[in-house]
Amino acid sequence: MEEKSQKTGDLWSGLALAALGVYIVVEAQHWDYLGPDGPGAGFFPLWYGIAMIVLSLALVVSSVKRARSTADTAMDWRRVMRALLVWAALVVCVAMLKLLGFVLSYALFTFMVVAVMYQRPLKSAAVIAVTSAAGFHLIFPTALGVTLPVGVFGF
Amino acid sequence: MDIITGLWNGFAVALAPINLWWCFVGVFLGTIVGIMPGLGPPATIAMLLPLTFQMAPASAMIMLSGIYYGAKYGGSTTSILLNVPGESASVVTCLDGYQMARKGRAGAALGIAAIASFIAGTVGVLGLMLVAPPLAKFALSFSSPEYFALMVLGLAMVVLLAGRSMIKALLAMLVGLWIATMGTDLFSSTSRFTFGNMEMLDGIDFVVVAIGIFALGEVFCNMETRESAQVLPVPKGLRNLLPTMQDLKDCRFAFINGSVVGFITGVLPGAGSTIASFISYGIEKAVSKRRELFGTGVIEGVAAPEGANNSETGGALVPLLTLGIPGSGTTAILLAALVLWGFKPGPLLIQEHPDLFWGLVASMYIGNVMLLVLNLPLVPVFAQLLRLPVHILYPLIFGISIVGVYTVSSSLFDLSMLMAFGLLGYLMRKLDYPAAPMVLGLVLGDAMERALRQSLMMSQGDLTILVARPISAVMLVIAVLVLLVPVFGSLNRLRLQAIESED
Repeated sequence: MEEKSQKTGDLWSGLALAALGVYIVVEAQHWDYLGPDGPGAGFFPLWYGIAMIVLSLALVVSSVKRARSTADTAMDWRRVMRALLVWAALVVCVAMLKLLGFVLSYALFTFMVVAVMYQRPLKSAAVIAVTSAAGFHLIFPTALGVTLPVGVFGF
Repeated sequence: MDIITGLWNGFAVALAPINLWWCFVGVFLGTIVGIMPGLGPPATIAMLLPLTFQMAPASAMIMLSGIYYGAKYGGSTTSILLNVPGESASVVTCLDGYQMARKGRAGAALGIAAIASFIAGTVGVLGLMLVAPPLAKFALSFSSPEYFALMVLGLAMVVLLAGRSMIKALLAMLVGLWIATMGTDLFSSTSRFTFGNMEMLDGIDFVVVAIGIFALGEVFCNMETRESAQVLPVPKGLRNLLPTMQDLKDCRFAFINGSVVGFITGVLPGAGSTIASFISYGIEKAVSKRRELFGTGVIEGVAAPEGANNSETGGALVPLLTLGIPGSGTTAILLAALVLWGFKPGPLLIQEHPDLFWGLVASMYIGNVMLLVLNLPLVPVFAQLLRLPVHILYPLIFGISIVGVYTVSSSLFDLSMLMAFGLLGYLMRKLDYPAAPMVLGLVLGDAMERALRQSLMMSQGDLTILVARPISAVMLVIAVLVLLVPVFGSLNRLRLQAIESED
């Protein structure tokens, strides 16, 4: 079963935040807690790090307690995967900016979103991708003089 | 400078052609944002913030504020016509507004929404104008301990109403504080949480976090399903947008109720316009002689909440402009904008930059008139915006986000951080962690740490300085009581009811 619940989300996010709290407290130990002029760089992080550990453990405990007493609310993993796929495509788009430049990377990303995620005909996806990328190029670098990443093709 | 002189000079600033133009752009964009479900004012303001760096600060503030209050006008349109609230503050307008539309009175409902918004929005600005200067004068006596206590209280109030779980809201706020402390500590030049990366020495740009959390996170959530734009039939009855004299008579109390409740709720950090609209609707229903008809298309059931959510913006700007304390995600972005433009939001802002403050106040009067003129005749045109396919809209939002972040620093590293915060924003929505406390923690974190350290320097490390001074002691006690609300069953039920109204 691929079903996970909100409570499982609370449990794992609580554990992750507890780990972050521990990291903050450990890092804060490397900096001055109190210096000759008053509190040092470690003072504030130490206290909010401790607060983070306490609160995240409280979240973990409450999610475990609720897991025993109430029914699960299922999370729709197909929806989550769809959103994560868009995110991954955007990451690839950003990673390609240095090589392909903004116009080409953005056009490819838009084409993917329209054609794959929204299953529009390839022709209309291509038209939307080209016109929106060209629109960005005309508005920002050409009209407003804003610099955008330029790739090996010079745009 | 007294209020009359200030306002006179403010109109001189706001009526400059360039500022009139940006005011129009702001309220126009705000109306569009308000109409379109799934794209809120914080996301829009965050995306457009980098593009304002080339503008004069007064013009930029006028435009961004125009988006903020303009969205409140736009939100009512889809609530009334399609029973789809464009933003959360217009949810309650659906109750009677849509019923009026079904009865063929869509025009009267839209007309009264615009008129109530105009009246209450203007009263809200009047309140801002009258309350802000004396409050700023009072706050001049504040020192570091009072500022620290004030920020703790502001964060506590936001955490109180940010989500069902106060633990999650507090954790989100702490993550915001953590991000705020990344980079070089200005007291000791110590590098903190930089992971050995040179590009982290200046910390993480607020724009990157705000766009990632608000804009990208929101769009990823919206893209979970492949729904195309819903082309819903727009009901008839738009021809006559002017309510009758009887309608206006029925709404007399609703105008006052919405204006007063909205302003007071706006001044309180964390409450927000959704809660303001629900409270004013509740009051209107409670005092009405025909309360049994509420929900079936009663015109004052539209006027009261629409008035309240517009008056709230004037109230929300009071703590922002006088104390430098934002009460919501949107005002947190406006605060960050002021800081990025080189201002120091706080009690001296009005004295040191009267053009900015009074120019903004005057522009809000003008903006409200623009919105009234825009919204009455152009409602059917704006309603057509809902037909814009999301497969065109969402890639455009991604493109504007990338361009916005790249404009700030021309850094590909910042773009990679944007991706990380976009994912974080999405996960926070999925796991029910509220975004507002995190953004507020980020915006206030630096000032809060500075105030705490300065306080302890003043007292040579003695923490009792925070409670030894009466104003800070009172504020800290209130903050503690606010954080203890979940412990008290009846108070917590009220809190949860208020949060459910937001949802």
